[in-house]
Amino acid sequence: MTAMLNVKDLRAYYGQVQALHGLEFALNEGSLTTLLGANGAGKTTTLRAICNMVRSTGAIEFDGAPLAGRSTENIVRLGIAHVPQGRGTFTTMTVEENLQLGAISRKGKAGVVSDIERMYDHFPVLKERHTQQAGTLSGGEQQMLAVARALMLRPRLMLLDEPSFGLAPLIVRDLFKILGKINREDKVTILVVEQNAQLALELADKAYVIETGRIVMSGNAKEIANNEDVRKSYLGY
Amino acid sequence: MELFTNQILAGIATGAIYACMALAVVMIYQAIDHLNFAQGEMAMFSTFFSWQLMQWGVPYWWAFLITLAFSFAGGILIERLLFKPLAKAPILTNVAGFIALFAIINSVAGLIWDFTIKQYPTPFGSSPFLGSQLISTHQAGMIGVTLGLLVLLYFFFQFTRMGLAMRAAASLPESARLVGINTSWMIALGWGMAAAIGSIAGILIAPVVFLEPNMMGGVLIYGFAAAVLGGLTSPLGAVVGGFLVGVFENLAGTYIPGVGNELKLPIALALIITVLVVKPAGLFGRPIVKRV
Repeated sequence: MTAMLNVKDLRAYYGQVQALHGLEFALNEGSLTTLLGANGAGKTTTLRAICNMVRSTGAIEFDGAPLAGRSTENIVRLGIAHVPQGRGTFTTMTVEENLQLGAISRKGKAGVVSDIERMYDHFPVLKERHTQQAGTLSGGEQQMLAVARALMLRPRLMLLDEPSFGLAPLIVRDLFKILGKINREDKVTILVVEQNAQLALELADKAYVIETGRIVMSGNAKEIANNEDVRKSYLGY
Repeated sequence: MELFTNQILAGIATGAIYACMALAVVMIYQAIDHLNFAQGEMAMFSTFFSWQLMQWGVPYWWAFLITLAFSFAGGILIERLLFKPLAKAPILTNVAGFIALFAIINSVAGLIWDFTIKQYPTPFGSSPFLGSQLISTHQAGMIGVTLGLLVLLYFFFQFTRMGLAMRAAASLPESARLVGINTSWMIALGWGMAAAIGSIAGILIAPVVFLEPNMMGGVLIYGFAAAVLGGLTSPLGAVVGGFLVGVFENLAGTYIPGVGNELKLPIALALIITVLVVKPAGLFGRPIVKRV
């Protein structure tokens, strides 16, 4: 398999503070990878660095082409959808407008309407609320909307920043089931950053563990889940 | 009673000017969260530009269209050259930029066209409108153009992809970038549209107040009052606010003893302060609530 996303020696900075210290990892096409770690380990920064939303050095290659020097919106237009922490919902707009915005950088209008219908199949609750202001949705519904909005890009790679954050366990299970389905059926490569390690490892096929800006562990998700030492020292369950 | 209705009619007529100016103010505010103090001067410059075209023999409507394009391009140019580099600067830096722009445009216009008052033609004529002595055909035309502009803007923002993208960029820039919107260009586009709307306001106002470099001073303050009253985030609010300010100004001038014509401008300023104290979001604006 060829690596779709290749990250080498990634260092990121907030002002004078260095948050990532030479991260290296790769995502294979069609894989579902999780990046685990505690608060402040650098998970969010990693995703933000991929989309050039934080100052960074090192090499990030997507399909063999370097992303350095591209603006966030240009990176997104390559087919990299980013579901940010806090969901980034356009709260004053309707649910349907949020979905239309997801497709706004696609060339032409073809397929947008049918894609919105497909999202309503994935997430029936969004159909019920399609004329509502997105800000009136519950946290779980907004997370579904954020995922649906990202899918409207018809992305090849989807980056999710703690999709489980603030959601009830049952809703998290639903959401992860849908992510698995999207990965298998729509062939979207997924990188999901999580603190909820147990669930993420059930879902993913590959996992990286990050600590204070460095990768400290990588491997098959099942193996990492079964390794008691790793679980106790890094994942805390 | 007739005096009262007449004053309201006259107020609506002048209100159309403020409404037009307020629309331009709201366009910029939506894009960059600042009031553009040079908005009036930009409009004045555009109006002079169209006047110059007509002096050279260009027919009115051609001059109008060319001026729209010139203002649109000029607005974008000003944003790219002056305010894009200031995007991350503190508010005061931006305010200083606006004031500098105000002074520069005002002086340059004076340098090119001097400060003598010039007549400006109206395409609507200035005969009484439907036999009424209070409202002329020009004023009726002005009201019509303002309302037409509002409808156009509504359709643009509600039903076009570009309008949706501009709204997204204004409400949540980071999320907008994450769906692939070039937010920086959306801001430039907002400047272009605001400058074009401002030029329409200037062209409509010039036949009433006559053309000279300081023609927009008072008008801009009323435009600000209208925008604040309507809520700085709502184009509809800007237009309704414009008409309300016009009516209010006329009624106050007629009925409050001692106000008369001389104290009308302080009325606008008092209105701005009252709205900001009593209802900061304005009539149609949405209150800005932040989660803590």
